[in-house]
Amino acid sequence: MRTVLLRLLGALPALAGVILVTFLLTRVLPGDTASYFAGPTASAESIAQIRAELGLDRPLPEQFFRYVTALAQGDLGMSLTTGQPVLKDLTARLPASVELTLAALLLAMSIAIPLGILAAVKQGSWADHLCRIVVTAGVSLPVFFTGLLLVYVFYFILGWSPAPLGRLDAFASAPPTVTGLYLVDSLLAGDMETFRASLAQMALPVATLGLFALAPIARISRGSMLAVLSADFVRTARASGLSPRYVILTYAFRNAMLPVLTTLGMVFSFLLGANVLVEKVFAWPGVGSYAVEALIASDFAPVQGFVLTMAILYVLLNLAIDLLYGLVDPRARMDA
Amino acid sequence: MSAAQTTTATRPREAGAAWRHARHVITGNPVTALAFALFFLLLLCAVLGPALVPYDPLASDTANALQAPSWAHPFGTDQLGRDILSRVVVATRLDMTVAIASVVLVFALGGLAGVAAGYFGGWTDRVVGRIADTIMAFPLFVLAMGIVAALGNTVTNIVIATAIVNFPLYARLARAEARVRREAGFVQAARLTGNGEWRILLTQILPNILPIMAVQVSLTMGYAILNAAGLSFIGLGVRPPMPEWGIMVAEGASFIVSGEWWVALFPGLALMLAVFCFNLLGDGLRDIVDPQRRG
Repeated sequence: MRTVLLRLLGALPALAGVILVTFLLTRVLPGDTASYFAGPTASAESIAQIRAELGLDRPLPEQFFRYVTALAQGDLGMSLTTGQPVLKDLTARLPASVELTLAALLLAMSIAIPLGILAAVKQGSWADHLCRIVVTAGVSLPVFFTGLLLVYVFYFILGWSPAPLGRLDAFASAPPTVTGLYLVDSLLAGDMETFRASLAQMALPVATLGLFALAPIARISRGSMLAVLSADFVRTARASGLSPRYVILTYAFRNAMLPVLTTLGMVFSFLLGANVLVEKVFAWPGVGSYAVEALIASDFAPVQGFVLTMAILYVLLNLAIDLLYGLVDPRARMDA
Repeated sequence: MSAAQTTTATRPREAGAAWRHARHVITGNPVTALAFALFFLLLLCAVLGPALVPYDPLASDTANALQAPSWAHPFGTDQLGRDILSRVVVATRLDMTVAIASVVLVFALGGLAGVAAGYFGGWTDRVVGRIADTIMAFPLFVLAMGIVAALGNTVTNIVIATAIVNFPLYARLARAEARVRREAGFVQAARLTGNGEWRILLTQILPNILPIMAVQVSLTMGYAILNAAGLSFIGLGVRPPMPEWGIMVAEGASFIVSGEWWVALFPGLALMLAVFCFNLLGDGLRDIVDPQRRG
């Protein structure tokens, strides 16, 4: 329990840094925020008035204090395009992004970890070559380009997948909201038809994101498995006459997963970014496409809200990985 | 002064050996040779692009809009009848400039900050480390989006955002490399002969870690290209009529669902090839720099 508390405290500087940087980003807006809000025809007095209203005439530390208090109350400003509070928009759209990202991560892990391990155990085999191809392709392929290629092949040529337009096609209705994740909600409601429809819509974006996350996970799995396999304790286990299967699955596998867990932090950084691009390609109604729409319309409050939300989410994810690491590796618990 | 003179005196022989070694690596590994060939092709397109192409990349010809690839238009034409081959080739210059500029910028800033942090330690180290940690606390592409949104939607700001996002990578690498050399024999010799700390940093440590940094440059070039193209794909930086790979893929995206694959495919392929080239080049350069393979 104490270690958990310590880790939580350890995440505070990162959180403070994130809030400070987002604040600075709001204050270095091109030109004058007040005259932007006032419009092109505003007079000098009305600009000054708006500046006073927004608190922009105060010294920076005071502005920062106001910003933090507003944040603490969940006030991220208003979106000019939707006319809604940014926080409300973001919470409404977050489940769509979460569902996409989690599904992609699960897909990537369920393929990449066995592939990486197989590549390490059987060096020079087809699995090793496949692993190398996947890793090289994964770092070279722009994620938005892979998405478009998949759409062309599976929607236009083969006709297997539905049109890449959001979470459900126009004829289906969303399941009653419990978690906001359509797959989970439709299962809870026992609505297999909606489940199948949303699974079909998800298949391509999830495959696109998954392919992207596959490369780093496979590379680390292979590398760390290779390192573990040449360790002394594995040699001892083998010399003691344990079956290769047992040695690999119980002795080597568990140790090899530690670096993989650490890499997940980096993978999340990539995924949360790539998410924006994939959402744009598939017209996915998540937070990423919300931010992109706002960006195009020069509507800055949603963009800043989005950056802040993603950063906080990412800090929390790293914290979770840290805690998980302590759970898996008793040595890490001792250090803390 | 004497230390500097000895290094210059021995440099020609070293350079000759390095060149022989580079040739050995290139001829020894066909993949690296391919990467170098690709690199020169990219360079050629970037420098001579507008002179090489058969059509004006901006000239629209609506009578020939959305033509499939043919002899007249090997990569087809887009929705305004512009020749895609010409646009892809001409775009090389802009994409390369953005990537190279951002890498040079981060190389200078991150490299210097990292070397200073590793060499001086103390508060310099803490400040640089804190800045790097704060940047790393963001998902990188999202931070780049935020920076471009805040600084203004221009190509220059895409360069700056890409550089900032890569800062921790460079700073950390340079710091680690400078740290292990802090008390090395040649540094102590330079100190004994009366060189100032900054002078040692710039004339002894920095040249020493340059090869390792160069590998990093090549490896991050690929990421820089992807990052910049990703930003322009979502509509940041480059304005529409201008040919750029990311925005061309974005323009082609709406035609994919109706089967006009060539509009998005060719700029996407160019992008992929460029990234692939720099990743391979990075691996090849690592072989050149890595002393284990030398000799």
